[in-house]
Amino acid sequence: MSHRLKEGGRLIDRSQPKFFTFNGQSMAGFAGDTLASALLASDQLLVGRSFKYHRPRGIVTSGPEEPNALMNLGKGKTFEPNARATTTELFEGLAAESQNHWPSLEFDVGEINARLSRFLPAGFYYKMFLWPRAFWKHVYEPFIRQSAGLGKAPRHRDADHYEHMHVTVDTLIVGGGIAGLNAAIEAAEAGRQVLLVEQTPHCGGRAPVDHAEIDGEPAQDWVDARVAALAAMPNVRLRTRAMAAGVYDHGYALVKERLTDHAPDPSRPRHRLWKVRARRIVTATGAIERPLSFAGNDLPGVMLASAVRDYVVNFGVAPGRRTVVVTNNDDGYRTALALKAAGLEVPAVLDTRTEAMGALAEAAKEAGITVRVGRGIESVKGKGKVEKVWVCDQTRDGFNADPIDADCVAMSGGWSPVVHLWSHCGGKLTWDEAGAFFRPDPERPPTDAKGEGFVRAVGAANGDWDRAGEQPMQPVWSMPEQAGYALKSKSWLDFQNDVKVTDVELAAREGFQSVEHTKRYTTLGMATDQGKLSNINGLAVLAGQLGDEIPNVGTTTFRPPYTPISMGAIAGEARGALFQPIRKTPIHDWHEANSAHWEPVGHWRRPYAFLQEAESVHDAVMREVHAARTKVGLLDASTLGKLIVKGPDAGRFLDMLYTNMISSLPVGKCRYGLMCTENGFLTDDGVVARLSEDTWLCHTTTGGADRIHGHMEEWLQTEWWDWKVYVANVTEQWAQIGVVGPKAREVLEALGCDLDLSAERLPFMQWRDGRIGDFDARVFRISFSGELSYEIAIPTSQGRAFWDALLEAGKPHGITPYGTEALHIMRAEKGFIMIGDETDGTVIPQDLGLNWAISKKKEDFLGKRAQEREHMTDPLRWKLVGLETEDGSVLPDGAYVAEPGVNANGQRRVQGRVTSTYYSPTLERGIAMGLVERGPDRMGETLEFPTIGGGAVKARIVSPVFYDPDGEKLNG
Amino acid sequence: MVDLASALSEAASSGAIRVEEAGLCGMVTIRGDLTDATFTDAVQAATGIRAPAERGMERVGANALLWMSPDELMLTCDHDAAGDLVGKLESALAGQHHLAVNVSDARAVFRLSGDDGAVRDTLAKLTPADMSVGACPVGAVRRTRLAQAAAAFWFEAEGEAMVVCFRSAAGYVFELLKTASASGAEPGYFAGD
Repeated sequence: MSHRLKEGGRLIDRSQPKFFTFNGQSMAGFAGDTLASALLASDQLLVGRSFKYHRPRGIVTSGPEEPNALMNLGKGKTFEPNARATTTELFEGLAAESQNHWPSLEFDVGEINARLSRFLPAGFYYKMFLWPRAFWKHVYEPFIRQSAGLGKAPRHRDADHYEHMHVTVDTLIVGGGIAGLNAAIEAAEAGRQVLLVEQTPHCGGRAPVDHAEIDGEPAQDWVDARVAALAAMPNVRLRTRAMAAGVYDHGYALVKERLTDHAPDPSRPRHRLWKVRARRIVTATGAIERPLSFAGNDLPGVMLASAVRDYVVNFGVAPGRRTVVVTNNDDGYRTALALKAAGLEVPAVLDTRTEAMGALAEAAKEAGITVRVGRGIESVKGKGKVEKVWVCDQTRDGFNADPIDADCVAMSGGWSPVVHLWSHCGGKLTWDEAGAFFRPDPERPPTDAKGEGFVRAVGAANGDWDRAGEQPMQPVWSMPEQAGYALKSKSWLDFQNDVKVTDVELAAREGFQSVEHTKRYTTLGMATDQGKLSNINGLAVLAGQLGDEIPNVGTTTFRPPYTPISMGAIAGEARGALFQPIRKTPIHDWHEANSAHWEPVGHWRRPYAFLQEAESVHDAVMREVHAARTKVGLLDASTLGKLIVKGPDAGRFLDMLYTNMISSLPVGKCRYGLMCTENGFLTDDGVVARLSEDTWLCHTTTGGADRIHGHMEEWLQTEWWDWKVYVANVTEQWAQIGVVGPKAREVLEALGCDLDLSAERLPFMQWRDGRIGDFDARVFRISFSGELSYEIAIPTSQGRAFWDALLEAGKPHGITPYGTEALHIMRAEKGFIMIGDETDGTVIPQDLGLNWAISKKKEDFLGKRAQEREHMTDPLRWKLVGLETEDGSVLPDGAYVAEPGVNANGQRRVQGRVTSTYYSPTLERGIAMGLVERGPDRMGETLEFPTIGGGAVKARIVSPVFYDPDGEKLNG
Repeated sequence: MVDLASALSEAASSGAIRVEEAGLCGMVTIRGDLTDATFTDAVQAATGIRAPAERGMERVGANALLWMSPDELMLTCDHDAAGDLVGKLESALAGQHHLAVNVSDARAVFRLSGDDGAVRDTLAKLTPADMSVGACPVGAVRRTRLAQAAAAFWFEAEGEAMVVCFRSAAGYVFELLKTASASGAEPGYFAGD
């Protein structure tokens, strides 16, 4: 049984007990423990059920490569699935639950799958659930979802918060082991700005466990001295608990730092995602030990040999009392020696090699440990845990095996350098025959903008470690070598995804030659551990079955992140109030205080309507329209785009951008202009005012301000780079307020005005600068409602005060602020189009009857040639008309005009659609605009609009101008 | 007199550093050919400030010229001085292709003050720009973004940075700066050098 040793454990503090729960049961560990070491100390070998067969599983490793010990941590708003117990630092009150078990960890119904395992081979789901088709959704998928899966997705909003950090350094060093520390000192001494990140809380890597001395110094002293030296250098930053997740183009790397996982504190960010821009990246990420593939290698109690000694040395925890070591290299002996030194039994070291003559083997023999060469494990047996190890001749088929009683097996199949970060951005690998692993090929590194390598692997990550006095390892991909189906079908390659040797062999027999395809077919190397243990063993089996060399089969692609990173860290600060910027006009606070019902328009929030007590949104809109039509309304139009276009070539430039003539507009006057893309489609509209001889002010739609500014800059910078034009976006310099309705002039005059606002002195479509009250104003006589209307631009800092002054001055006239819906209804009553309603990127101005705004005199403008194409001049194009329902109801938005017959896809044929539809309080009936085939030629015709619930509404084609067709209201 | 309002009524927060809205500031966008001495001379004649070097700034009293791009400068001044300065620029630049436009009210300005490293740490959480002293010394102007909003900033002095953003995004940017400088969230990367 696993237990805490009386002494030892270099990372724990026995004076600080920490209490935690596992599946609701209270347990204790010490400060410095990981959840895994604390579980082992509490004799909790069984930590989960496997993904597919629900087999009992135990802790296999002591690091980020752990496939089995995945936990649900926390509850409710701090719940997190798939946390690796081996990297979770213990804290007081930690609550962990095992995953993928039902109803309980000890008694799991899904275990029946294990008995059926010969019916669930690789590709089973693909083959089984193809037919009948309809069964997938209703029968198969729900069943599979119930029986498979790791952690559950959190159901609550995350209580923690997260942040990002951007830094630029000369050298990023990943890994604080011997190689990383040496590389950091080297770079720092050369004067580089260095950032060293280490994923665990401690620097030193494996050194303090595996090496008594470094350069003649005790290993820990060596590490401490280097860390202290680096800390004293001003050009070095060292972060622990910081895992480099990915390396990307241009020396960009992502690092996830864990701030409070080990000491929860809701007031601090939980994770910080570092976005590092490094000139050079050094990966000193070490190596991961490989399991051996023998029958029963997934029983709880079978662990990596390196993990077994980590638990003994680092945490003073013995994974078992009697441990059989099985190895194909000298490292297994380190574990045997560590166990022996801790006073634990090692009944045998099974060495697959025919002789054991390395220094470590000799030391083991000297310590009195039985070494059996040429031996392997036929199988490990036991009920839910290791009980007996059957030892056999490694070169044969397992015949004539003899048993050893044991409660732990420490296996070492050699080491694989951690090449992930090297590979993320295109670094290539080369096969190392001697070590039987892939290592970074220094000739083919990931390259920077100059074609130079920007990642360098050092130390174990580069396949370089001290092998002095060691005997060569022996590649072992199957144990025993001649194992038959019965053994191989119990030999796990991928613990997390329940992939066995026989599954990969079956895939190869079924024709899967590519390792990438085999991965998808068998699920080898998928899910949260991404094959950190299984990768090499799996592809070696595949190569063996294909009769090919391992380097020819190659690896699957290494992709970021190295280990999973939290969604919260990716989002950073972008949540809640900071999820997205919300743009606010200077009058926003007033809107908010006056019950605005908001509508998002781009990043702005605009009032859709202002709700008075107990009023519905619809009623508010009706009231607002009525007020503007009969008295006076007030509109915050500040969000409208305002672009200054200035220069000797500005007129010529605007003539190219707009369909109509802008250069001829006299100073002081305004013109409604249309802008098209080079494909002829309407993209924006607005009123253009000429401010001076060489300066125009172009109004755009709210959503168009930045887009049209960019559009102008693009043409100026790419095509007409020698035209003398400057553009400035002054949208936010001005608050723009519409004073709309028959009483508009009276309200403005009440404020005191140095301008003559009469229709004679300030006619429609003109503007003047002046003062209204104490305000600096630019007054535009423009109207989007059909009423007498002044749009007044005021410097933004005066905007709120002006709004308040208008409300005060307008009181006697019943002035009524209105929102975007009233604006829309009034423009629709007048038949004015709206970009985004009447246009959708496929509509040209001619479709909307706007031919009057398309210059025939101009030689060219953006869209002109496109609009001459055959399809654009087709008389059958859908064109703008008004629509009036026979029963006065409101047409459904987007409804199609039906036509008899069906199209090639068996769908009802259509001949038009509704683009805008409202209830008009002015006309007291539904009104709509739509695009209808030859619409303007079919006035008076009745059309049928099928509705979603079945049935149809009938509407007549009419003029789109429903209200005041002669424009009598315009001058009040 | 009209009550002028800045975006956030000079909101402030104190965490690892102090963040305060600087109130209304004068700002003029100037476009022209910065490689043409006739242009830069005229700007100097109007403002009394010589053109700054690339990514730099020049200050004379309350006014400063900031380099924005190869054909753009920004003049900062007192809020009520901007209108007159636009007039002076237009006279001095008459006959040359240029643009001078008052954008004071289109912007919000924040002052970040405290330990120089802590100010840099705060900004580094939000901008991809290199916040090291070497890359962003006092007097260097940086146009970049803070999280999802466009912004520019510069250090007036050690431990004092000015941040400019669009006025409509002021609430968002203030909340960003406040969150990034919250006590307990100090990354201690630039701070403690």
